[in-house]
Amino acid sequence: MNTRLKLLLASIVSLGFLAGCGERPPVETVQVGYRGTGMEQVYNPRLLQQVAAKNQIGNIQPAADTSGPLAKDIYQNVQVLSDLSIGEFTRVMLSMTEWVAPADQKNCTYCHNGENYADESKYQYKVARSMLKMTRDINSNYQAHVKDTGVTCHTCHRGQPVPSYVWFTDPGTGREKASIGANAGQNTPVTALGTTTIAHSSLPFDPYSPFLLGDQPIRVGTTTALPSGNRSSIKQAEWTYSLMVHMSNSLGVNCTYCHNSRAWGEWSESRPQRTVAWHGIRMARQLNNEYLVPLTNTFPDHRLGPTGDVAKINCQTCHQGVYKPYFGQSMAKDYPELQRAKPMTEAAPAAETAEAAEAAADAGAAAPAAAPVAAPAAKSAKVVKPSRSTLAALNVAG
Amino acid sequence: MADYQNLFTRVQVEAPHYPGVPHDPQGLWKRGTHASASYWLGKIGDAQIGPFYLGATGLASLVFGLLAFEIIGLNMWASVGWDPVQFVRQLFWLALEPPAPEYGLRLPPLKDGGWYLMAGFFLTMSIMLWWVRTYRLARKHQMGTHVAWAFASAIWLFLVLGFFRPLLMGSWSESVPFGIFAHLDWTAAFSLRYGNLLYNPFHALSIVFLYGSVLLFAMHAGTIMAVSKYGGEREIEQTLDRGTASERAALFWRWTMGFNATMESIHRWAWWFAVLCTLTGGIGILLTGTVVDNWYLWAVKHGVAPAYPATFEVLPDPAIATGAAQ
Repeated sequence: MNTRLKLLLASIVSLGFLAGCGERPPVETVQVGYRGTGMEQVYNPRLLQQVAAKNQIGNIQPAADTSGPLAKDIYQNVQVLSDLSIGEFTRVMLSMTEWVAPADQKNCTYCHNGENYADESKYQYKVARSMLKMTRDINSNYQAHVKDTGVTCHTCHRGQPVPSYVWFTDPGTGREKASIGANAGQNTPVTALGTTTIAHSSLPFDPYSPFLLGDQPIRVGTTTALPSGNRSSIKQAEWTYSLMVHMSNSLGVNCTYCHNSRAWGEWSESRPQRTVAWHGIRMARQLNNEYLVPLTNTFPDHRLGPTGDVAKINCQTCHQGVYKPYFGQSMAKDYPELQRAKPMTEAAPAAETAEAAEAAADAGAAAPAAAPVAAPAAKSAKVVKPSRSTLAALNVAG
Repeated sequence: MADYQNLFTRVQVEAPHYPGVPHDPQGLWKRGTHASASYWLGKIGDAQIGPFYLGATGLASLVFGLLAFEIIGLNMWASVGWDPVQFVRQLFWLALEPPAPEYGLRLPPLKDGGWYLMAGFFLTMSIMLWWVRTYRLARKHQMGTHVAWAFASAIWLFLVLGFFRPLLMGSWSESVPFGIFAHLDWTAAFSLRYGNLLYNPFHALSIVFLYGSVLLFAMHAGTIMAVSKYGGEREIEQTLDRGTASERAALFWRWTMGFNATMESIHRWAWWFAVLCTLTGGIGILLTGTVVDNWYLWAVKHGVAPAYPATFEVLPDPAIATGAAQ
């Protein structure tokens, strides 16, 4: 074999190897920071097209008449959407059927008892009620993360009863108590749940439990040049790293979408997107604790994880590989029904108002520590609180 | 000339095996007398295999090394439930982790890092004994001990990572996991925790010597092969009795970069570059977390890290802005 033939063969083999890596060129680079800092996003247009095809918004029902009688006065047992007209209410129900019910059961009876629509016996009914509350809560009180784009059921569900991207607590390999072979929650490409680990790395594979369910400290860096008492370990840094890679994967972005890689922890070096992401972590954590964990006993066993825990959300549940769900297209703007609840028109009975005020005060007291939504959002939450907590007071399930 | 433009050695000299200079091994160990030749090893090195001399330190080193290797390997295998197929498939991901931080410098249970400490101890013993072996064999052959000291520089970095620094930090959890991807993740996490290791000047020096070593290696090897048709590979002779090979090589580099090494000095350059790579690297690691906790801020403080004009809106730390926990 002559040299040229050898070279040709070697080139073909190396090209084949590169093609096997899945990201064949060309790639496009978008600069997002000062030149020379390496703050840029790398996109592969071919792969981006695939992601775009998968992230189309759901069907939007024609706008409904808002002037009709309230749904709660026509139907029985309307607890969450009690401020909607009958037209608006029906619109939401139709949309939910399209967005959430499974493909072979696109009708009302996926959640409702066909004999009696007010009957609460189906678990889907109870879950849907809680999820409606959650959707309104997100659109009203989490603008620090969702801005005015908002969310609908479709943001997560995309036409499926269970969103594609939810997480369960990993049952572990069963070797945690064995005298040899404990993996310390890392060092495997596939978890015991059968899912691939964060970016196929050896990093801890469950950053969700400590950070998106619990509130373990995420920051490990020191804010002074010299040691000043920060005892965060390198192992801890690996957990944070794992969470960050989860976010990067979920949003289809590089680290430099938020950070300047020369100083990860510095807020003065970070893009404003990092602040939005910061609120996103708190949002996922609060929603998991306030809406999903309380549903644990509502779900039948086959919907629970191997350790009996409820399906929970992380960044990917909404984002699905895109920096903003549906590349920033808003479905919620066409659904005022899923926006903040309208103030109740009729005065609530005095006793209930007092109860509601108490509940609101409790929630307010707990908020500063556990609810780090931005101050303006928290204030607007207080404005709508009376009506929302009146709803809560009226609503046994919530 | 074409003979040397090849990936592999083209010349294999067949001659009676060279038994080595006479030496008097202490103790029970005698050097073997048997030697053979390997055509294929001759393609990349000397075809002569043997005679061998393991010695007490060599044997002890191998035993300790095997113990460490077994502990690490069996822990990895156990972590996939003793499944041989998964062991092979997942090998690059598997690891033996150091103890959790809560154990500090105490001895943890076997499963929580005890195995790790044991493997680390045996591995250290193995490496130290192998160092003794390189030193003593050099002495026995009445050679200089350059190789032993170069090896010692690498051992310094190894000990800093797994022993000195954890000791100063008060926690075995600071040491490096035994595993392919696991140690790479550790490296990244180390830099994340301590504010970007690239601003650590000793890390920078270490990189200079690492890349410098590679560059010197390429320049030197390229030069010698290029003048080998004039006898350039007889480097020691050329040091004392400079021939046309040396003259041509020297002239080539003077014309290329205005200065050249000599047949002797190039080896000193290369040795120091290699030795300083791990020596400075070890210092950099040892200072991290003990003396400096955030290298980026340290660099800002000392005017090393430049400030860049803002190209986007800078927002305050939301944890401070909202008064919430981190």
